Amino acid sequence: MTRYVLKRILLAIVTIWVVATLTFFLMNMIPGGPFLSEKAISPQATAALEAKYGLDKSLWEQYVTYMNGLLHGDFGLSLKQRGRTVLEIIVTKFPVSAKIGGMAVLISLVLGVSLGCIAALHQGKFWDRFISVFATLGIAVPGFVVCTLLSYVFGAKLKLVSTLGLSDWTSYILPVTAIAFYPTSYIMRLMRSSMLDVLGQDYMRTAKAKGLSGTKQLFKHALRNAILPVVTYVGPMLAYTIVGSFVVEKIFVIPGLGGSFITAINGRDYTLIMGTTIFLATLVILMTLVVDILYKIIDPRIKYD
Amino acid sequence: MSEEYLVNIEHEKLSFFTPAGEVKALNDVNIHLRQGEVLGIVGESGSGKSVTAYSLIGLTADPGKLISGSLYFNGHQVDQMTEKEMRKIRGNEISIIFQDPMTSLNPVYTIGNQITEVITLHTNKTKEEAKARAKELLELVGINEPEKRLKQYPHELSGGMRQRIMIAIALACEPKLLIADEPTTALDVTIQAQILELMMELKDKLGMSIIMITHDLGVVASMCDHIAVMYAGRIVEYGTTDQVFYEPKHMYTKGLIRSIPRLDTDEHQRLIPIEGTPVDMLNPPKGCPFGPRCEACMKICLKQNPPITEFDDTHYTYCWLQQKEAMERLAADSSAKSSGGGEA
Repeated sequence: MTRYVLKRILLAIVTIWVVATLTFFLMNMIPGGPFLSEKAISPQATAALEAKYGLDKSLWEQYVTYMNGLLHGDFGLSLKQRGRTVLEIIVTKFPVSAKIGGMAVLISLVLGVSLGCIAALHQGKFWDRFISVFATLGIAVPGFVVCTLLSYVFGAKLKLVSTLGLSDWTSYILPVTAIAFYPTSYIMRLMRSSMLDVLGQDYMRTAKAKGLSGTKQLFKHALRNAILPVVTYVGPMLAYTIVGSFVVEKIFVIPGLGGSFITAINGRDYTLIMGTTIFLATLVILMTLVVDILYKIIDPRIKYD
Repeated sequence: MSEEYLVNIEHEKLSFFTPAGEVKALNDVNIHLRQGEVLGIVGESGSGKSVTAYSLIGLTADPGKLISGSLYFNGHQVDQMTEKEMRKIRGNEISIIFQDPMTSLNPVYTIGNQITEVITLHTNKTKEEAKARAKELLELVGINEPEKRLKQYPHELSGGMRQRIMIAIALACEPKLLIADEPTTALDVTIQAQILELMMELKDKLGMSIIMITHDLGVVASMCDHIAVMYAGRIVEYGTTDQVFYEPKHMYTKGLIRSIPRLDTDEHQRLIPIEGTPVDMLNPPKGCPFGPRCEACMKICLKQNPPITEFDDTHYTYCWLQQKEAMERLAADSSAKSSGGGEA
């Protein structure tokens, strides 16, 4: 197991290098540049700026310089947010997104798993249909529609919660709900189908024949087997969610990392694009590794190396 | 009457209400079993052998419903019991061994966990005591290195070993009745013999009764005191093992026995199969369900269900042929009597 984890970490470093390289060259292939959109800058000023950030050098030289910095933990200076390093931006904005995203993932896990189980146990009956309709809706309706509807109804009409910024705890309710909407629905469906599969297994009949109560059958024998697909989904999903959603952060005016990511791409803030991409890639790789380790703990049949 | 039998099933009718219609899975099934006896239920797939046994332990699958009849176990009427009362019997007084040991154990828990679970559930034993008992059980079912096995997971053991574990789980609380649902079907022939031998040995040691569900007549011949032959949800013939094997009365039983391969037949001789296909339980034929496949089928067989013919206390069948023979014998007897009376 330790050998396996070490191997995976080495592999992760290679993956991150590939991601960084691909992003670097693809990003430079997009037309435009960081200083183009700003009005009334003389060619001399642009040239001076480019010289300052090293953009006047050949692409290959820029790549080598960036990679060298990366090896030393230096993500560089943001090209657009003057005087701030990329690391600073990530460190200040990530916790905001992570807090909202983390809460959303937690809620979607609890709700998704329990509602999925309820649906499976009532297969074909009222609650199953009710939950299925809700789940289909949650998967089909896009995030920006959910956000807009939520802030219109609960913010503008009922005036129950604040819809701007993160002033007090009530202002967390809408963004968290909006982010949790899709994963809750998705987990519900995953859980329902995998639970139905497990409930039909022979060992569930054995559990019943032993005289175990319904709750014991469900929580001890069914849940642990049925949860695997959910674990697979939640790992990478957690990584994407805690990095923040552009749509949700824009609509509810939240200073999170998800917003910065998109703004960086639109503004060709090369160093910030690189920084956030590498950060996200690292998180996804890390979560995948955590999922694999969890797998081994949940299901002893899984063997590595 | 119900007191003297351990298992007493009377006139059980059970149907599955599927979207396609009502499937009459059991039609007037009667089973009586004394303490320490072994009953074999034989029949082809879908004949209702498992359904009969499962209904006794409250494991009838979902759209299934008991229509009429009563089921007694140890003097208690199980079909009137609540789920909670039923749970106290399951795994405790009635245990069951399933067909496929490869899938009947939960893959994510150790053997030890799965055995001690049933012990702590039904007895007041502590975890330590339950573990000691589990070790004892593994020794009882002939598993070597029990200490090590308790810590292993099902996937680390062979099929025969897993079936032994299933038997250990079933015997954990010393049940009065063991239901064995095709316990050897999924195993190699050599392992089959070992498992059957083990079951018989443990039966004698613990004095329990066994209901053996199988489609293997060889298995019942060597193990059972009584045999119930089922076809299309009915017991078509019931008798002691000798009666059923040496004096089969129902055409289906005769067909089954003829289709067993024998060591003393010529090697080029073909086995004699029972022609036709099993009954469509959604649309059972009128009259005797075996009628359309029966080589001695008469007109009445396709019109009316045959009544019971009892040969003695233990042997009965439902077949018009037996009725006819019974009637002829009756007629011959009476004519002999009347002619004899004339002479005297």
